[in-house]
Amino acid sequence: MSRYITRLRMRRTYKWNGRPVGEDRKLKRQYYESMSISVEGKTEDATVSLGQYILIEGDDDDNPFVAQLLKLYTDDSGKKKTAVLQWFVRMCEVPQNKRKLLGRDPHPQEIFFYQDRSCDNEVDGETILGAVQIEYVPVQDPFPVGKSRDILFVKLLWDTKSFRALDPELMQPPQSPKSPPPSSRGPQTRALPTPDPSVMKRAMSGILTRGSMSTGKMSSSEAESLHSASKLSAAKALSAKRRSQAVSGPQVRKKLDLCSPSKNMSRDDVLGELLDERSEKTLTSKLNTSPTGRISISIRLTPLNLNKEECVSPLSSHSPDKPRMTAHDKDDAARAEEEHEDSPINTAATSRSKRKSAQLVSSRIKKQLNLLGNKIDLQSDGEDGDDDDCFIPSKIDLQSSSDEEEEAKIDSEDELIVKKHRGSGTSRSTEKTRVSARTPRKTPSKKTAPATPRTPRHATPSIPSRTAPARKPGNVLEEARARLHVSSVPESLPCREQEFQDIYNFVESKVIDGTGGCMYISGVPGTGKTATVHEVIRSLQQSAEQDEIPHFRFIEINGMKMTDPHQAYVQILQKLTDQKATPDHAAALLEKRFSAPAPKKETVVLLVDELDLLWTRKQNVMYNLFDWPTRRNARLVVLTIANTMDLPERIMINRVASRLGLTRMSFQPYTFKQLQQIITSRLNRVKAFEEDALQLVSRKVAALSGDARRCLDICRRATEICEHSGSQKNSSGLVGMSHVMEALDEMFSSSYISAIRCASVQEQLFLRAVIAEFRRLGLEEATFQQVFVQHQALCRVEGLQPANVSEGLTVCQRLGSCRLLLLEGSRLDLFLRIRLNVSQDDVLYALKAD
Amino acid sequence: QDRCGCVLMMLCDGVCVQAQKLLRERLCHQKLPDQPVGLDSQYKHLLELLRRTAVHGESNSVLIVGPRGSGKTMVRIHEHHFNAAPVAGLLQTDDKIALKEITRQLHLENVVGDKVFGSFAENLAFLLEALKKGDKSSSRPVLFVLDEFDLFAHHKNQTLLYNLLDVSQSAQTPVAVLGLTCRLDVLELLEKRVKSRFSHRQIHLFSSLSFAQYLDVVRAQLSLPPDFPDPKFSDEWNHSVTKLCEDKTVEEILRRNFNGSKDFRSLHSLLFLAVSRVSVSHSTLREADLIEAWRLISVDSKANVLHGLSILELCLIIAMKHLNDTYDGEPFNFQMVHNEFKKFIQRKSHSIHKFEKPVVMKAFEHLLQLELVRPVDSGVCKVQREYQLMRLMLEHGQVMEALQKYPQCPTDVKQWALSAFG
Repeated sequence: MSRYITRLRMRRTYKWNGRPVGEDRKLKRQYYESMSISVEGKTEDATVSLGQYILIEGDDDDNPFVAQLLKLYTDDSGKKKTAVLQWFVRMCEVPQNKRKLLGRDPHPQEIFFYQDRSCDNEVDGETILGAVQIEYVPVQDPFPVGKSRDILFVKLLWDTKSFRALDPELMQPPQSPKSPPPSSRGPQTRALPTPDPSVMKRAMSGILTRGSMSTGKMSSSEAESLHSASKLSAAKALSAKRRSQAVSGPQVRKKLDLCSPSKNMSRDDVLGELLDERSEKTLTSKLNTSPTGRISISIRLTPLNLNKEECVSPLSSHSPDKPRMTAHDKDDAARAEEEHEDSPINTAATSRSKRKSAQLVSSRIKKQLNLLGNKIDLQSDGEDGDDDDCFIPSKIDLQSSSDEEEEAKIDSEDELIVKKHRGSGTSRSTEKTRVSARTPRKTPSKKTAPATPRTPRHATPSIPSRTAPARKPGNVLEEARARLHVSSVPESLPCREQEFQDIYNFVESKVIDGTGGCMYISGVPGTGKTATVHEVIRSLQQSAEQDEIPHFRFIEINGMKMTDPHQAYVQILQKLTDQKATPDHAAALLEKRFSAPAPKKETVVLLVDELDLLWTRKQNVMYNLFDWPTRRNARLVVLTIANTMDLPERIMINRVASRLGLTRMSFQPYTFKQLQQIITSRLNRVKAFEEDALQLVSRKVAALSGDARRCLDICRRATEICEHSGSQKNSSGLVGMSHVMEALDEMFSSSYISAIRCASVQEQLFLRAVIAEFRRLGLEEATFQQVFVQHQALCRVEGLQPANVSEGLTVCQRLGSCRLLLLEGSRLDLFLRIRLNVSQDDVLYALKAD
Repeated sequence: QDRCGCVLMMLCDGVCVQAQKLLRERLCHQKLPDQPVGLDSQYKHLLELLRRTAVHGESNSVLIVGPRGSGKTMVRIHEHHFNAAPVAGLLQTDDKIALKEITRQLHLENVVGDKVFGSFAENLAFLLEALKKGDKSSSRPVLFVLDEFDLFAHHKNQTLLYNLLDVSQSAQTPVAVLGLTCRLDVLELLEKRVKSRFSHRQIHLFSSLSFAQYLDVVRAQLSLPPDFPDPKFSDEWNHSVTKLCEDKTVEEILRRNFNGSKDFRSLHSLLFLAVSRVSVSHSTLREADLIEAWRLISVDSKANVLHGLSILELCLIIAMKHLNDTYDGEPFNFQMVHNEFKKFIQRKSHSIHKFEKPVVMKAFEHLLQLELVRPVDSGVCKVQREYQLMRLMLEHGQVMEALQKYPQCPTDVKQWALSAFG
């Protein structure tokens, strides 16, 4: 995809073409048919008109949003130009975790019809960049090759949950402005307060059309009704199976109804025509064997039954000035139809046609494959599936067909490209200049690209797998140990219910409202901050799966896991868009992303762990992180975690602290009861500990730090000790007080005393000499020379041969390396100063016990 | 008969050299013993811990703390059972180098082909991603050995430690993080969030060896193995070693060494010197060898330097010693030393010539070069050289001892040194 340029580079001016075609006095809107965009420094103006596919500027310069223009209007003042759109999404806009649903690698030029009710479909008209070519590719067909890189292909529909086959009727070919009126009449129906009979009529027909989908060709193809009857029964037989897929049909339609009366009107032209166009366009030369016949068959089916329904339903009472209502009712009607056996035919019919074409294509493929002599089985399998119940062919089918078809398509498509080039001449030329204007900025990033091998993204680093599988825990103690390991994910997080609820409510409200916000979470290490946030996100994601709340993206960064605060930008950008950039560039891109209005944006929940590490002298990283959520269009929720409660006051300058806001929460250290509960819930009825032992551990840890990790580690160690001693004593087999005591001793008792006890004679003497010298001086510091004199004296007292200076220094350094003594650098030789790192009492106690 | 004797000599020579080679290898740590001595429980504890990581895929972190020469590095015997990534604080002086080293050790760089690694940030992200990809049941456990663990704690933000310990506390690739250090207060170096992630297991390697055990070790270290090619020679040798260990002077030497430090490295260097003295002419280890080795090892480093001084320089040292005595260790300058020296020449000396001041100055500067005297403040040249304040870097005893051993030291100089005040 070539690069498109942003408004930052180029000033564009927007102008309406011609007079308003309609007016809505209530809303004080004037509707227009087309708009011309003139770019500074260019003589030619680009024109976009209704029905055309356009590019909308977004956060990513390289991949602007794609949409179909449905309406253009201006408000009373005439200043603000607004466009109503049908969105398309690129693969990079689909949430990362959903991308695999596609089941294949996306075509670089592939886009998806976007179906999401929650999505705002009105944008500022001045964000339109220009027109673009979009081509519908039937599901079974391969992507055309050899076409211009500016043409986008749409094949599937993305409804925020799954990729589905796209009804070709949803994809209207862009209508040239010259083509006769229907497209422009849409607004009128809605706008005019006094119902105009012709409009009424049209609206009615529109309703009828929508209800029945394909009434139009009725008159022309009555003769084929017999065929349709037989088809109908076939469709009935399949309808049960297709119910689920069929449901999506009306939704798609509804969406369009809501946003584009103009489109509805154009549907007057009827499905049949659309299909004709469609098939002519995409299948062109190959499939023109008998398209009309085939299609008309499929169209035939519906009207017979549906007309009846339409007559019964009180549609005539709908007033045109309540378009939304009608649309809604229509939808209901459509749903009602669904209940009837007949209705699935609509979709069945269209799919049928697709399948027909697919069969044709695949039969051609078959021929080729026969020549090649491979993959025949797969192919035929796919076809069988086609006939049965899936009109989305298996991936293999898709791939293989696209592989094989490519060559065949080239010829037919070359023609199209030529046309298209002519059509989009203006926009292309502007692009060219923009590209050139852009190059200087691009170069640095290009330079870095080869230098930094794209390791993280493309290479899949992995630890080699083990030869033998990991052994499962064998006995109760091992089971308990596995459960007590900090890494094992508990079923629930006990004792953090309140915090969980608070964070949950905060994030949920922000996600639902589509707003942004910051929250600061503090607490000493090991109090479950990160775990709680993860738990919140997990349950929010679950409810998002079930469609209770809108979808959102979750991104996590950790101040400790980056080498420099500015790397935060890089990591966020990479997790958000899978792009790689230098910190500065990433910051600019994120800035744009979070400040530009982009209606399709999902809410992003960003967890910043170890916030204090993101501190820089100018604090711009923190500033940005907290400033983005305040932007109107950001939809960013930032959860920050750090250890100290007063971090905002201590290290942040005012403007940063102010943006962080006062939504704060602090995690208190666990009390002993909570710790006990945590262990008990983790053990989950595995009986490995005596009750008293648990209490001891939790009380001890609660008194020291309240760190749950510590608590779990001690318990784990206790099970080990128990296992060792169990073989000897053969007691209850449970972890008892003695084991816990031993574990606590190991972890908390200072090792200095045992170190002194195990030291050599000279080392012990030297320590004694240090204390003697301290007492003599009345200070806690002495030089080596002074201590050495004492040391020699002590040696004589003990009846040992006095050590010489070298030996004395060796002993001293050895004690220093254990940090029993604190020493200065050894180049000071005799004059290095010595201090004790242990209390004198401890030393004397350790030496006395000998 | 002559020839026969010659052949016998050659044979004997061969055997002797062979024995010497074997012992030298043993003492120079070329061959580590299979198991550390006197640390059985700690050894078992560690082994059990590593076994659990290997078998159950349980992540662990442990610190091995012990004074130098206590056998910490011997854990590396077991490295080859793991995907091991040993890094040393003295070699990998910052996180960037350490990360590169770890990536290399884990053979992850293969993934990237022969491309050079990108930035530090990329490298970190890369390694973390690699570790994240693994899981408890299917990945081969990774053993990180951090030698001189305390030095890693001085790296910026303790990024590496945080990340390794974080992996050990989360459900990722099973890892065992093994820190080796001799600092007892190493936990205090860790930042609190890093500390929280550490499992707080410490294995202390304090040797509680008694002298009898120490002697046993000496005997074992010096004995030839039973599979030595010449059984007759090895019997003879082993017998002599046993006898040697029972000798009083030898025992005294070994005890002094034992009193100095219990680690085996100092013992090895002592025994190495002794073994090196074995030759064809006396093919067994004698007590004289050990005594000589001890003499070489225990000699004071500065005493040797003092023996090489001229009389004039020695006199200056004595003058400085007197100044130290008089002024209780206060720093002095050249002028004071020179005055002291002049006094000695005028009053007491019969054998020492009168030296010109520049000559004395030259001698003084030589002492300065030998660092037997050192300027108090790091020699800013504002002050004239004569008046720069100096300190003597010698202990009273060292001067006296050197004087005793100094060859042909004039009696009046000795007298002067022994006299209380100048």
